[in-house]
Amino acid sequence: MKIIVLVKHVPDAQFDRHLNGEGYTTDRDESILSELDEYALEAALQLAEARGGAKAGNQVIALSMGPSGAVNAVKKSLQMGATEGVHLTDSALAGSDAAATSLALAAAIRHIGTGAPVDLVLTGMASTDGETSLVPAQLAERLGLPQITFASSLTVDGGRLTARRDADTYSETVEASLPAVVSVTDQINEPRYPNFKGIIAAKRKSITTLSLADIGVDPAHVGHTGSWTTVTAAEERPPRTAGTIITDEGDAGIKLVDFLAAQKLL
Amino acid sequence: MANVLVFIDNPGDALKKSSLELLTLGRSLGETAVALNGDMHQDVSATLAEYGVSAVFRPSAQDLDDYLVSAKAAYLAAAAGAAGAGTVLLDNSPEGKEIAARLGIRLNAGVITDVVAVDADGTAHKSVLAGSYTTAARTTTAVSVLTVKANNVTPEPASVASAPETSTVEVPADGMATAARITAREQKVASGRPDLADARIVVAGGRGVDGDFGPVEQLADALGAAVGASRAATDAGWISHDAQVGQTGKTVSPQLYISAGISGAIQQKAGMQTAKVIVAVNKDAESPIFEIADFGIIGDLFDVLPQATEEIKKRKG
Ligand SMILES: Cc1cc2nc3c(=O)[nH]c(=O)nc-3n(C[C@H](O)[C@H](O)[C@H](O)COP(=O)(O)OP(=O)(O)OC[C@H]3O[C@@H](n4cnc5c(N)ncnc54)[C@H](O)[C@@H]3O)c2cc1C
Ligand SMILES: Nc1ncnc2c1ncn2[C@@H]1O[C@H](COP(=O)(O)O)[C@@H](O)[C@H]1O
Repeated sequence: MKIIVLVKHVPDAQFDRHLNGEGYTTDRDESILSELDEYALEAALQLAEARGGAKAGNQVIALSMGPSGAVNAVKKSLQMGATEGVHLTDSALAGSDAAATSLALAAAIRHIGTGAPVDLVLTGMASTDGETSLVPAQLAERLGLPQITFASSLTVDGGRLTARRDADTYSETVEASLPAVVSVTDQINEPRYPNFKGIIAAKRKSITTLSLADIGVDPAHVGHTGSWTTVTAAEERPPRTAGTIITDEGDAGIKLVDFLAAQKLL
Repeated sequence: MANVLVFIDNPGDALKKSSLELLTLGRSLGETAVALNGDMHQDVSATLAEYGVSAVFRPSAQDLDDYLVSAKAAYLAAAAGAAGAGTVLLDNSPEGKEIAARLGIRLNAGVITDVVAVDADGTAHKSVLAGSYTTAARTTTAVSVLTVKANNVTPEPASVASAPETSTVEVPADGMATAARITAREQKVASGRPDLADARIVVAGGRGVDGDFGPVEQLADALGAAVGASRAATDAGWISHDAQVGQTGKTVSPQLYISAGISGAIQQKAGMQTAKVIVAVNKDAESPIFEIADFGIIGDLFDVLPQATEEIKKRKG
């Protein structure tokens, strides 16, 4: 199988995150591979391994679009076991919204599929910065492919893909034919950690850098100018502050109820 | 001509509150038409008239529910064309967002998700980065697609009722051709408690409950609250995944959130820090949850929760 996994380089949520500059874009100084994309990568590695791995010709290609630092998301993917990496980077991409991102990624996926077609595109359920979940469905629409989003399990049998999706009031089984775009949730697996062997092996794997010219995308269709949405104002919400903290001396349950009564919450 | 289109998917016997909210918001922006999927019960059509809806569109195909999303997006794109809509409003459920995503590409329309308010000029307001920023955003396209979070608009019927005409919209075949198919669906058993996503009060338990959600559920029932959980608790299988609050679970903004045996990791806070009042019960005084709690109790949840439950029952008589 030839699988592309979309991996985004996002600000680490363990630190304070900020919006700044033109169009209030996210500050990417302290960035990591989006944790939610690790589940997509793990799902891809399991599908490839079940088919004999890289030796049997299975490819897991990690694709990231972003500034120079985004190559680190590709590198981490290679350490975890992706067979090759692609970094789409171009100054004209800065400020891309979901529509522009999906336009550029769709072109990159077509480019990677010239020669040997791609069987499956796997993504995370949402990026941990943009959090829109729009990109997977928009990619599917642009590529004219079936989409299965929020898969909590995934099996591929020949050219058919079966997945489970969980909604609040029901669970459903869905089927699609390959090629397809699938986003996976954090319920699907337990992503592996890169081990020493993986870290060493990654150094020998190739990373292809692509520009917009390489994939035939007009710079005017992406970035701040090509995006279909624009942020006009952003305001940091004052952080919540701690209130009253008490230590239980045997009557904290009563004090809790007193507090609720005082707040008119009973 | 109508300039707002509201998508209402399978209303059943009566319109849900979130649909009424979309109709009310739509009316504040312009003349509002509805694209409906599924059966239209008499009560539903009466409510649409009360809410001043100018026109109702229904799909030519009855089997849109068998396909995943793209068939509905294709239908909605055709309906938006028929309505001459400049704004399309959908609910903010995962499915609503996906339909919006594909619709946006079909209509060359910018999509804004997680919207909490829309100004008359179309500026949409939402919070981002796990609630740490509030932002204003606009689309730069002729048509705007917005998915609107529930509980941000008060439903209000129109001052003058309408008599909407119903017409059928041809569903483009390409929406079905490439769609994933739904082959089986299992209903889950309802808990009988309020819906977590829009409950007024949520009582949530984490790893600290150590397998026993009893004290959390009893306090929830005494307060008429929904039950929530951290991912540690759902991953352990102590409670269903539907109860998970946080980045990869539900985002809740109740009047009151009682957190018990939850440390307050960033991914948990992402789903609950916009609650009006936060109460935390945790054994560890260093727990980050205390940084955002309005009322924190350093103590054992197995002592504090049952005592509070008893006291509430006593006071409520
Ligand atoms: C990609 C990703 C997505 C995630 N998404 C989510 C999400 O949506 N929601 C979420 O919640 N988490 C999520 N997490 C997990 C998150 O990082 C934390 O691991 C999780 O929230 C911890 O749950 P907890 O607080 O219950 O457990 P712990 O961190 O183990 O905390 C348990 C707490 O209980 C206290 N305690 C123990 N016994 C008692 C007692 N008897 N009485 C009182 N207090 C007691 C302890 O002092 C401790 O503070 C995600 C993680 C990742 C990587
Ligand atoms: N710039 C990007 N580079 C690579 N993958 C991306 C990028 N943006 C989004 N994705 C993928 O799309 C998924 C959903 O992102 P979003 O629509 O932004 O919530 C992510 O989990 C990624 O797998």
